[in-house]
Amino acid sequence: MATNGPPAGSAGEPGRGSSPAPREDVPAAGAGWEYAPAPESRQVVSIAPEYGLFIGGRWTPGEDGTFATVNPATEETLARVAEAGPADVDRAVAAARDAYERVWGPMPGAERAKYLYRIARILQERSREFAVLESLDNGKPIRESRDVDVPLAAAHFFYHAGWADKLGHAGFGPDPRPLGVAGQIIPWNFPLLMAAWKLAPALAAGNTCVLKPAETTPLTALLLAQVCEQADLPPGVVNVVTGAAAAGAALAAHPGVDKVAFTGSTQVGKEIAAALAGTGRRLTLELGGKAANIVFDDAPIDAAIEGIVNGIFFNQGHVCCAGSRLLVQESAEQEVVERLRRRLATLRLGDPLDKNTDVGAINSREQLDKIASLAAAGEAEGAQRWSPPCRLPPRGYWFAPTVFTGVSQSHRIAREEIFGPVLSVLTFRTPAEAVAKANNTPYGLSAGIWTEKGSRILWMAQRLRAGVVWANTYNRFDPASPFGGYRESGFGREGGRHGLAAYLDV
Amino acid sequence: MSEPAARAGPERDARAPAGAPPRLAVRKTCKLFIGGAFPRSESGRSYPVRAARTGELLAYAAQASRKDARDAVVAARAAFAAWSAATAYNRGQVLYRVAEMIEGRAGQLAEDLAHGEGASGAAARRAVGAVVDRWVWYAGWPDKIAQVAGSANQVAGPFLNLSVPEPAGVVAVVAPGDSSLLGLVSVLAPVIAAGNAAVVVASEARPLPAITLAEALATADVPPGVVNILTGRTAELAPVLAAHFGVDGIDITGVPAPDRAGLERLAAGNVKRVLCAEEDWAAVPGLRRLLAFLEIKTVWHPAGL
Repeated sequence: MATNGPPAGSAGEPGRGSSPAPREDVPAAGAGWEYAPAPESRQVVSIAPEYGLFIGGRWTPGEDGTFATVNPATEETLARVAEAGPADVDRAVAAARDAYERVWGPMPGAERAKYLYRIARILQERSREFAVLESLDNGKPIRESRDVDVPLAAAHFFYHAGWADKLGHAGFGPDPRPLGVAGQIIPWNFPLLMAAWKLAPALAAGNTCVLKPAETTPLTALLLAQVCEQADLPPGVVNVVTGAAAAGAALAAHPGVDKVAFTGSTQVGKEIAAALAGTGRRLTLELGGKAANIVFDDAPIDAAIEGIVNGIFFNQGHVCCAGSRLLVQESAEQEVVERLRRRLATLRLGDPLDKNTDVGAINSREQLDKIASLAAAGEAEGAQRWSPPCRLPPRGYWFAPTVFTGVSQSHRIAREEIFGPVLSVLTFRTPAEAVAKANNTPYGLSAGIWTEKGSRILWMAQRLRAGVVWANTYNRFDPASPFGGYRESGFGREGGRHGLAAYLDV
Repeated sequence: MSEPAARAGPERDARAPAGAPPRLAVRKTCKLFIGGAFPRSESGRSYPVRAARTGELLAYAAQASRKDARDAVVAARAAFAAWSAATAYNRGQVLYRVAEMIEGRAGQLAEDLAHGEGASGAAARRAVGAVVDRWVWYAGWPDKIAQVAGSANQVAGPFLNLSVPEPAGVVAVVAPGDSSLLGLVSVLAPVIAAGNAAVVVASEARPLPAITLAEALATADVPPGVVNILTGRTAELAPVLAAHFGVDGIDITGVPAPDRAGLERLAAGNVKRVLCAEEDWAAVPGLRRLLAFLEIKTVWHPAGL
């Protein structure tokens, strides 16, 4: 595995995570030559030293001071961000209520649509700025933030803008009503994209929003708030309160919120569902996953290898729908694992701003510790651990792509969501066994199928208990395509006509 | 305590020899309906069911235990795979057959209602007619709901992308306490029409229509375990079902309002889908109850050569 040069400004404390010795039996593709660094310039974005809360169209300090948000690739502090307290959440909800009743609720859908189109256009115009800021704050490779996160975020606003004046045709009756104030809590893995997934449908349906970005990745949501200002979005229609878990809990439990939408861990999702019990407030949850990516022996092998890599190493595996369990047909296991190792040896880990980087930084030290501890459990329980030869940058939070073979269903690495670049390989013999193993989890967010046999794809797709099934592809997203889980992966859908239901009184 | 059921008292058989004692009718033992069988409660308990107006003892109903509730979930779980995989056409046929069987038992159901809810004879017969019509309405849905609730999604790339509804799994239903037949059917029929398997807690005070309905279901080609009906104390049974990890969704509309929050908290333990929606049971139902326990599955496949 090649390593991109350490990110600018890195020094000091050694990095953490696994650093296995190079393996002689694995050919290191490209070992004979090196890529020159190709960093994207960070000059395109100006980061303020300190950010306030965005409430009622104004930037105000938080009652609980500030906290630092760091670049996980270097551990440098990027900015200090206001910590919202309960009174701040009160203010934000009140501002959203006021905007809902006076401005956004009464506004014709066609006018709401134009605001959303404006936001989509500004996102496109400032896309490089958003991409760089996202990679700085989150640690994901610029290639992903530039080609996936930001374009999809703009697409979500563009798609939902068109719904705003067509809700009567969406299948929810002639004049479906919005719910009111939406409290929206989003995770750190796709900070801007998750904000778009939440805000765009809510606003299109006529709700106003209080958005709580994740503690470790607040900056693109704050830049999005600036875009809302630029688009002349009426004050209070979108409010952004930054903070940690306490701010999120205060927002979720706030009696002035009509609808709560949460994306994050299953544990917190359960706590929010319990907190809302008996209130009659609407809730949608998009929670964890432990997806099976199922490869049959007749699969298009090159495409399948790319799909496996994309499935688990996209965004460092910080993906709720990541294909973290590779179920490979026994007769193909050896070939698939060998090819997978060869392919992983070509991945480049390092500076997220480098345009050649495939694997960026783990988002936080806390997450790195969790990944490391689960990987250690995989070894302790008897699975065989492998990583490509890989130098980790000396500073920042890094974890080498890791593959476990010899994994059984009872192993923690086969049952628990790792949310990191760790793949567990299990085998099966028959399609029925593949279905049984794939469904043997309390989660049900996504699944992958790789085979050239069309009837088998349909047979499998009907039986996999998951909200998204990718056949001969993986990790595809689109604003027109409903996304969401079965069982403990949550309820409600985001995207498409179905996603609108989450923000309408239907 | 008076003797049960004046409903089936001694009567004169015209063919009997003169002077013979009047024939003694055979009374029904009210039991649970689990996995297609009619067991008593494993606890051996029963409770008296009284007429709404007179307080007269109508019957003893089985008082299901927590163990009975768990057994019902196991039966429903076992039945779900085949029921959800049956063709929608077949499910519609079975539901229509249920309507036929209810029509055939209309007299007994009307009698159950007249005693249990204090309805007049004519009102009870009208209510049973509405129940039959409701089954017929839902019998038409299984092979149409995917066309209404599904979609073909135009994504920005060379992919076929379809969203289809699928049943959520095992659904617990706490039936309305007051409307013991039309309310019961209005909450049960959409659950199984959507392809789920159901565990029903019948109206606690008025369980007799549910028991008769179970007999109709048992003779209507509804596969064993697709519908399981418990009679007993709602406060005892509902928490077991709300907390059960083998239950995917729960309709708590029939639970008294003060008890709902506690059940919702229990339901959060495995992220159950929770429905609480009171309705005018006499009105034409919308799609809400049918959609409440459907999941949307989206399937992608590349289009290419």
